[in-house]
Order: sequence, then structure tokens, then C-alpha cells
Amino acid sequence: MPTMRTARRVVIKVVTAIAVLIAAASVTFFAQLLVPGDRATAILNQQNGRAQQWTPAQLAPVDHKFGFDRPLIVQYLDYVGGLFRGNLGTSYTQYKPVTQVIGAELAPSLILTVVALIAAWVLALAVTLLTARRGRFLAALGSTWEALTASLPAYWVGVVLLVVFAVELRIFPVIGGTSPMGTVLPVLTLAIPLAGFLGQVTRDEFGKVLDQPFITTARTRGMRETAVRLKHALRHSVVPAITLSGWALGALVSGAVITENVFGRPGIGQVLVTAVNTRDVPTVSGIVLVVAAVYVAANLLVDVAYGLVDPRLRTA
Amino acid sequence: MSALAIPRGHVRGIRIPVRIGTAVPLLFVLLVAVAAVAPGLLTDHSPTAIDIQHTLLPPSLSHLFGTDDAGRDQFTRVVYGARESLGIGLGATGLAMSIAIALGFAAGLAGGLVDTAIGRILEVAFAFPVLLLALLLIAIRGPSVTTEIVAVGIGSAPGYARMVRGQVLQVRQAGYIEAAGALGHSRWAVVRRHLFPNAMRPLVAMITLGIGQSIVWASGLAFLGLGVAPPSPEWGALLDSGRLYITTSWWLEIMPGLVIVGVALSVTSLGRTLQHELEGAAR
Repeated sequence: MPTMRTARRVVIKVVTAIAVLIAAASVTFFAQLLVPGDRATAILNQQNGRAQQWTPAQLAPVDHKFGFDRPLIVQYLDYVGGLFRGNLGTSYTQYKPVTQVIGAELAPSLILTVVALIAAWVLALAVTLLTARRGRFLAALGSTWEALTASLPAYWVGVVLLVVFAVELRIFPVIGGTSPMGTVLPVLTLAIPLAGFLGQVTRDEFGKVLDQPFITTARTRGMRETAVRLKHALRHSVVPAITLSGWALGALVSGAVITENVFGRPGIGQVLVTAVNTRDVPTVSGIVLVVAAVYVAANLLVDVAYGLVDPRLRTA
Repeated sequence: MSALAIPRGHVRGIRIPVRIGTAVPLLFVLLVAVAAVAPGLLTDHSPTAIDIQHTLLPPSLSHLFGTDDAGRDQFTRVVYGARESLGIGLGATGLAMSIAIALGFAAGLAGGLVDTAIGRILEVAFAFPVLLLALLLIAIRGPSVTTEIVAVGIGSAPGYARMVRGQVLQVRQAGYIEAAGALGHSRWAVVRRHLFPNAMRPLVAMITLGIGQSIVWASGLAFLGLGVAPPSPEWGALLDSGRLYITTSWWLEIMPGLVIVGVALSVTSLGRTLQHELEGAAR
């Protein structure tokens, strides 16, 4: 029964994904124990902006609020259990649930990364279709462009785009917030290096696919070059890059944190940097876990979809 | 690159590929290395000489990268910052490779349960993007050069570990490993004399790429104000202090960034060439 087998395979993958997330949560929980010194003292010091000894009477409410007075194992189970109820812990600096701290900031970041992923794909496919196997000069131009852009750091691309298109040419606002015009440059900042990377992978595969017998068959049927490229070669050559899209999402999130800070765009990037600066470990852990969850879910989807698309992998 | 190929030249009977695509990055990396070892050779100015008459000057012949808000020569500061930036890159890559070799060899040689366990650990580690893992570590330990090196090192280790494991598994199958075992060499001697050098050879190129990547990650952290702090001339710190002037004095941000991009591109291209040559040598 192939459907039963497929269902079993999907269930196993989902269970593995959940296990990975619980392990990731364990890492962030135990990481919080590595904060040097007493945590309640650190929280009070941070809040009052000075380092000092606090009396047990002052520390007790803080210990109680964050549950530091309970046994470690109870704290751990409470933390992991809380995650399933959508509770990411309490912020050290804002004294409110981490979900509230990051909740409103997730949407702009998500919009930025998803639009950037789409833009990167469009850019990568356009460059590949137009330059791969189109004579030595065009091919060299295309692959040089990809090699150049793939190794550009996000902050540098962002600063260059900002200086050229916002400060000098004044086409886009310098601080655009979440408006559509203000989103163009941040999207390009993320998309350009990613497009270079996706293009490199797709171009290699594109070259291989064009040598396949079924391409020759299509050509002998009198199919035009453009049609051959679009209908046959492209479909096969994007597969490796799609498998890497899960990885790309992780790289995009890292890039988004930096990009949001370059453009002063609201989002988890700004919250994250503030939290790191104020040593608000629960908020940082919360954001890291949300990103890990998105990453694991995306890879799960790619994995399952891949198995459904390619029949050869179903029995494996 | 092949479009720029120049015929291979003979030097003392050894065929050395002389291509512009190799020569330019090599020259650039050498320049940066000189800057790290003897910065005085590349510039007459002092990286700390304040000149309030000439603040925020755009790039010119006398100040190649312009001057900063205190009138210091930005080119000189970039030159003097090379030592710390390269140090961070080397330190982080060294740490990452040490972790990767330990995990990769343990998994590849022991197999079975150990391999499965390490595989699971790596799978969890991959769920954390490098930058976020680094930020978590900085939130816990506070920003410092050591934290920065450790953060970038740990963050990039899982990727290398998976490659090392793959190499070990591949080389283990080779005929010469079996032959060495059959000749009665001890297991340890086979690992040390045959397996380790052969498994590591293709990774030399990866290490080259890794140093460039580490510098980029570390400067990204510093750009966010979470790495080496100004007034150090470390490249990331220059980016951090230049951020205030993005809208008025672009050179403070773009020129140091250009040098980092140059290093990243050079080592990427050199790494590729090296990989090509090493693969050729193995054949």
C-alpha cells in the first residue's frame, strides 16, 4: 500500500521534527543557566542600571516571579511544557511574556523574508535563463555576477543601496518603516546575495539537464529554444536549489536581522539586538526558538513535498 | 575566469597556473597579510592621529578612504585593523575546525550509535542560524572579542563537521586504507598516517573559505554593535562607528566594507582554485 507507506513516512518525519525542536528548546533552556552569577541579581542590576549586592528580601520576589526558587527539573519541564501552550517565558527586562514582546514584530519580518525569498528566486531564474549556455561571454558574465553577489555580506549591500538610492538619488525613503516603498531596498538587500547563491546551484544543474537525451528529443520534435528551456530544462534544474531553500530561510533570517538594523525597519531584528544589549536572555531564546521552528517546519515541508513530487523517493 | 586565462608558465619545472583570476585575489590577500604583520609599511599616517581641521573629508589622493569624525585617516585605520580582524577570522575558523574534526572523526570512525548520536546533535545545531546562535551566546556572556570568536566558531562548526564526517566515510572505503590494515599497521597508525591526511586534503579549500566567512560574520556582529567596540580600528568596529554617518559620509561605512568584501571574494576564489588543484592532484 503506497499511501500507507507515504503516511507512515510523513508521520515519522513530523515526530523527528518535534524531537529536534524539543532538543533545541533544551539547548536554549540550559544556555540560560550559563548566565554568569546569580540570575535574580543580574536582572535587578540590569533594571536599575547599576551593579550591587541585593538583600535576600529584594531578591526573593524576582526569584519567585521567574521560578528560580523551584528545582531545576521542574523549571525545565515547565519551560518545555510551556512551549506547547505557546508560552516562551518571561522577559527579564520588560517583565511581560516573551510572546507579547515579539508578537507584533513577527509580521513585518515575515513579510520581508518571504518577499525577499520570492524576489531572489525570480532574479536567480531570470539570470540563469538569460545567460546559461548562451555563448561564452554571456555565460561568463552570468556566473561572475553570481559569484560576486553570493559572497556579499547583507550589511554592505544594504548600506550601498541606502547610500545610492535613498541618500543620493532620493528614489526611496532613508527610513521607510513598513511602507511598500520603504520595503523595496530591504528586500533587495536580502534578495541579491541569495539570488547569487541560488543561481550558482541552478546554473550547474541547468547545464547538466541541457545535455540530457530528453532535451535532444524535445529539440528534434521542433520545439523552440525558449520553450525547451522553460518547459523542460527549468523544471529539472530548480530541484537542488529548492532543497536548499530550507537552508536559505535560515540565512535569510540572519540577513533580515542585519537588514532591519541598517534600514531602521521594525521587526524581530530590532527587538533581538535590543534584547542582546540588555542581556534579556529569555527574549533572545524565544526569538531563536521561533526561528528554529520556522526552519524545521520549512525543511519538513520541502522534504515531504519532495517525496510526493519525485516518485523515486517514495519507497526510501 | 577562463576568459581571462593566460598560458601556464613554467617555473623551475613545476607547472604553476598563472591566471589573472588567481593572481589578483592572491595579491589582495598578501596585501592584507602585510597590513596585519607590518601595517607601517603601507601607510605613513598614524591610526590614532586626530586632526580636527580635517574631519569627515571624502576620499582623495591624500586620504584614500577619506577621514572620520576625528579627522583620522580611514585608510590607515583599515590597515591597522587588519591584524585584529584576521586574528578573529583565524581564531573562529580554528575553533570551528577543531570541533568539526573531533565530531566528524568520532562519527565517521566509530559509526553505529556514536554516529547516530552525533548526527542528531548536528541536526539540532542546524536549526540555529549562525548569527542567531552567536547572538544568544553574546546575550549570555556579554560582548567581547573572546565571545565573538567563540560565537562564530561554534556557529559555523556543524557545517564543517558534516563535511569532515563525509570525507572520513569516503576515505575509509579506499583500497589503500584496507591495504595498510592488511599489512599489519595498527588502527591508530592507519588513521594518523593515511586516513587523516587524505580526508583533510579536500577540506583545506573549505578552511580558506571559512576564514573569509568568519570575518564576514564577525564584522556583521560588530556592525550590530555587539562585537569589537570602537575606537578599535578592527573592521567591524569601523563599520559600527561609521553607522552614525551613513547619510552624510558614506565612505566611513562603504570603504571598510569594501575591504571585507574584497577579502571574502578573494578567499572564495582562491579556495575554489585550490579545491580544483587538490582534486586534480588526487586523480
